[in-house]
Amino acid sequence: MPPTTEKTGTRGAPLRLGDRVFAGASTGAGVLILVILAGVAAFLVSEAWPAVTAPSEEIPGEDNIVLYIWPLLFGTLLSAFLALVIATPLAVAIALFISHYAPRSVATILGYVIDLLAAVPSIIYGLWGAQVLAPQTVDPTQWLEDNLGFIPLFDGPASATGRTMLTVTLVLAVMILPICTAVVREAFLQTPRLHEEASLALGATRWEMIRMSVLPFGRSAIVGGAMLGLGRALGETMAVAMVLSVSGDVTFDLISQANPSTIAANVALSFPESSGTEINVLIASGLVLFIVTLLVNMAARAVINRRRDFSGAN
Amino acid sequence: MTSAHTASAPAEAEPQLQTPLTHRSLPRRAAPAVLLVALLAGLGLRLAGLALAWSAILAAVGYTVAIYSWSRAVEGTRKAFDRMVTAIVTSAFLLALLPLVSVLWTVVDRGSGRFDSEFFSYSMRGIVGEGGGAHHAIIGTLIVTGIAALISVPVGMLTAIYLVEYGRGRLARYITFFVDVMTGVPSIVAGLFAYALFELFYEAGVRMGIMGSVALSVLMIPIVVRSTEEMLKLVPNELREASYALAVPKWRTILRVVLPTAVAGIATGITLAIARVIGETAPLLVTAGVTASDNFNPFDGRMATLSVFSYNEYRSPGVPPEPSFDRAWAAALTLILIVMLLNLVARLISRLFAPKTRA
Repeated sequence: MPPTTEKTGTRGAPLRLGDRVFAGASTGAGVLILVILAGVAAFLVSEAWPAVTAPSEEIPGEDNIVLYIWPLLFGTLLSAFLALVIATPLAVAIALFISHYAPRSVATILGYVIDLLAAVPSIIYGLWGAQVLAPQTVDPTQWLEDNLGFIPLFDGPASATGRTMLTVTLVLAVMILPICTAVVREAFLQTPRLHEEASLALGATRWEMIRMSVLPFGRSAIVGGAMLGLGRALGETMAVAMVLSVSGDVTFDLISQANPSTIAANVALSFPESSGTEINVLIASGLVLFIVTLLVNMAARAVINRRRDFSGAN
Repeated sequence: MTSAHTASAPAEAEPQLQTPLTHRSLPRRAAPAVLLVALLAGLGLRLAGLALAWSAILAAVGYTVAIYSWSRAVEGTRKAFDRMVTAIVTSAFLLALLPLVSVLWTVVDRGSGRFDSEFFSYSMRGIVGEGGGAHHAIIGTLIVTGIAALISVPVGMLTAIYLVEYGRGRLARYITFFVDVMTGVPSIVAGLFAYALFELFYEAGVRMGIMGSVALSVLMIPIVVRSTEEMLKLVPNELREASYALAVPKWRTILRVVLPTAVAGIATGITLAIARVIGETAPLLVTAGVTASDNFNPFDGRMATLSVFSYNEYRSPGVPPEPSFDRAWAAALTLILIVMLLNLVARLISRLFAPKTRA
């Protein structure tokens, strides 16, 4: 905001009652947000603490809290990371298609459809993953086991129900596609028009133009969008809870019946029937998830904001 | 090279004279023609008994390879690579569209089975097997989301006003940053927070509708702040300055000039925020819980919501499971219709109430 506005607001006439109330209320609301976030952290820590100090007999599985959370954390990271590996190239392709390949009128509609898909509730992806996608993956996973079984990821034995880590990663990838695409498309659309036209005028083909002017411009948005998607995938609860068949093993095998659960799914599955220390243990695992997503999201925001500072001058 | 050839007989030189001036290129209809051939080949494979997905993938791969090799032979590597990338980007787009179309189609297909009047007028009280409905869950969803909106909208809007109109220095920077961070809080963590908060005042294992609203507010506030902030930033400074010049105090300027100018965008943002949280399942599962009967008092005991109802019908079906699954899908269809409706309303608001750009 230009300095003129500030001067008229604070200097000159004495502050009226209405001004003071309004300024106070809006500042209070801002501070309340900080308090809420601090509260989230504080309440989770205070409720998680009994689980850390509890004797190991009270922890489910009669083990250390770290040993309880570790397989869950492993499953969370594995599923989210693989979903990211699948979704990022597709998101870049969709964003490119919408921003540089599709005709203008189609592109607007497609952008709207992508935004709409970002609003589809996760319970629906969960139902779809469990009842539609999972049965479809049974035959392909069997084929993977037979032909690519030497790769540890497809070690098998292939699940007969399709409720595998592979299905979960596919569902997660579909779920995070819209958000990744939205961020990347936004950046691609902001590529300076003159850069594009200059490179086309020098005789570049469309792909060369994209490689030399669009992709360098959008690189940090791709990283940022991918990490936002990672944050989503890490915290996704229902789709995993409804699709995955869980055993608690720590394994890279994607197609078998025995899979590590994820933190969020484990909370959703166990919380309704838990009591006493079990609840504290679940909240402790939630705290771990909170910290992990916090770190990922802060990194993502830092990357995206760096681009904003940089591109402002162009 | 051309000058050497012009010396020779014109009959020989004619074709060579034309070529060096422009690059050789494929005929104009080359790409659609190859695509048509590939599609026909794919159709043939489908009719020969191959699965639809495999025929489509083979057709796409066939098209890519064919156009690349033909273009490479005629136009050279650069053009050929460009055509290949176009083919890959387009097929990746179609590939990504596939599951999304499948999701929507499945919801409509399976959900319409129980999408009847009984579904909207009955609760699940005393229902075993077929019948029953989601009346209690629909009302529950409206109550829980409504209270969440009542909490989030004032807090979110005031924060946005602070950030745009008052905020300066370190506090504003911190708030901006932490609002961004809050956008990424996993929904289940928001639910656990609400549970931990209410467990301090009530006994362990407490479940109430209001807890769900608090959890949803944690998710909704940052969305409201973000969208309102964007809209307030769009209000031209000239309007504010004109108002100050007329000696209108700042708070009245905000209430009478800034907010009315941005009201369409703000309403759109709030509607979209409601659409985002109305389908949340995980935080409601651990806070509002699930029940079979009508309970419309958010301060007293478990309260069913549509998403949790759907999850519960899927998770613990009766014997046989089909009636439960049908109810789960019908609830999913209801939910998706509500979300679509809210999106539509949001677009209508921004279309109808947008400030006139021309005098």
